[in-house]
Amino acid sequence: MSEYKGIWIIAEKTSDNKITGVTLELINVAKELSNQLSGEEVGTILLAGNENVEEFVRTISEAGSDKIYLIQDENLAQYSTELYTDAICQAIEQKKPSIVLVGATTTGRDFAPRVASRLNTGLTADCTALSINEQGLLAATRPTFGGNLMATILCKTARPQMATIRPKVLAKPEMNHGTSAQVEQINVNLDASRIKVKLLECLDACQIATQKIEEADIIVSGGRGMKTAEGFKILEDLAKSLGGAVGASRACVDAGWKPHCDQVGQTGKTVCPKVYIACAISGAIQHLAGMTGSDIIIAINKDPEAAIFGVATYGIVGDVFEVVPALTEAINAEKLTAVCG
Amino acid sequence: MKIVVCVKQVPDTADIRWTENNTMIREGVESIMNPFDEYAVETAVRIKEANPDTIITAVTMGPPQAKDVLKRAIAMGADEAVLISDKKFAGSDTWATSHTLAKAIKEKIGDFDLIICGQFAIDGDTAQTGAGIAEQLGIPQVTYAKEVEFTGGNTVIVKREVEDGIQRVEMQLPGLACMLKCDYEPRMPSIKGTMKANRTPIAEYGMEALGLAPEQVGIKGSPTFVSKAFRPEQKEAGEIINAPDAKEAAIILLEKLKGDKVLV
Repeated sequence: MSEYKGIWIIAEKTSDNKITGVTLELINVAKELSNQLSGEEVGTILLAGNENVEEFVRTISEAGSDKIYLIQDENLAQYSTELYTDAICQAIEQKKPSIVLVGATTTGRDFAPRVASRLNTGLTADCTALSINEQGLLAATRPTFGGNLMATILCKTARPQMATIRPKVLAKPEMNHGTSAQVEQINVNLDASRIKVKLLECLDACQIATQKIEEADIIVSGGRGMKTAEGFKILEDLAKSLGGAVGASRACVDAGWKPHCDQVGQTGKTVCPKVYIACAISGAIQHLAGMTGSDIIIAINKDPEAAIFGVATYGIVGDVFEVVPALTEAINAEKLTAVCG
Repeated sequence: MKIVVCVKQVPDTADIRWTENNTMIREGVESIMNPFDEYAVETAVRIKEANPDTIITAVTMGPPQAKDVLKRAIAMGADEAVLISDKKFAGSDTWATSHTLAKAIKEKIGDFDLIICGQFAIDGDTAQTGAGIAEQLGIPQVTYAKEVEFTGGNTVIVKREVEDGIQRVEMQLPGLACMLKCDYEPRMPSIKGTMKANRTPIAEYGMEALGLAPEQVGIKGSPTFVSKAFRPEQKEAGEIINAPDAKEAAIILLEKLKGDKVLV
């Protein structure tokens, strides 16, 4: 196992062709891990079609990756489980990194378990903290049991040690403008006939007026107490005044007031914005599991006994239909803006 | 159409309580079918309703009492059920679990067209077992699925939910789908279904019956290892803002947020 060296990040691109935030977060944490491993190389794997990769290379370099391993093939222009898995497995077998980090996005969580399964190695899912333990092993910590328990997981006997990491939990790097990492091509053999899943169409049901909740720094979320779909109008106004997104509890999604992609909680999404404003949300444990990682939680609820107040940084006992418009009005009157980034 | 549905018995994580020494109290915690697996069973039963010659086999890996979730699957509309159970399977991580389940499907269920799993289990929350099974069986997968439609032929049309919205994809069979919460709700078991569940024999297989060796299963067969488990830091309740009316409360709150430097 000693021939396995170096820390890899599998870079991911957004649909509008940028390197994702979580990729940069992973480069940053990899540099910290590398310091604890006497400076092992931080390498970023970039999979691409035959497009120009200059911008991607620049971003990854400036985030601080020592090296970029470029796998370029016309069949990688669009994501497929099969060929991403094939390409990444072949690259790992050739270069033998000791640690491989992947963003816990829908794409990362789609291919990473296949890669780990094929390479007979361990993969720790959806981690929120990474470190190197006294034996030099990757110690990957993750929430489990609906956020009730944290577990630190090691992979002692197989390599590489793999983990997917939840976006927006770890810090972003300072971008070092003008730095350029060494680029090395990795050649792989890919066969397009292995692709068994064909994309027919994209229906962007969730790209409504507001931002995606998993990317937002500010989320205004509504619960059953919003009463109707129209009730969310005041939350949209508040979100707009702060440049945030609108989320919802399960009850509102089940009632058809909001789509499932906006649901926060155990059967929805886990979010960690800077500010989470819970409006008329009682705070069931399933909801709390999805949002207690937020920096500041504001609860607005009529019921002073609501469980949400138990985790709230600031609570206002009152009617959302009075408090929320008052907040929006005050923000607009003072022309306040949220500090993002 | 032959469908295999993978289900898991999980503790209802909403019931979990802690002792003063921060150890989890597992007694008295209700065991339920993983909520995402209920959507998997419902999706299979819907395909069967549209294609009556479909056979649905529910499979679970777990202790003997995990039979309860197989019975529930039958009561919801599955035709038969297989329990994969052995003391030696204890401590399996996602690699060992998916390896064992794939072996059981290959050896004991055989020909199948479609495997349906839940996307996550609410206890482990890894979302890795479904994809691991697909890899071990060498078949395609669609994760984050919300709907599976079979209209005959050699493919299924799957709707999946990703960060950018909803995708419609076509998957060649045999293949595997992992279900998120769907736009339809899982049905409650009917009385007739419950009676059927009580009289349907459940096949049971252990390590040897599946042709597995001790070093391939359980803790020994698992590349990962839990070195520490602890209670997360608890968020403390903060401050309740007392104000005579909504307007005052809003102004006080904004002052606090300016103080925290999140608003300027």
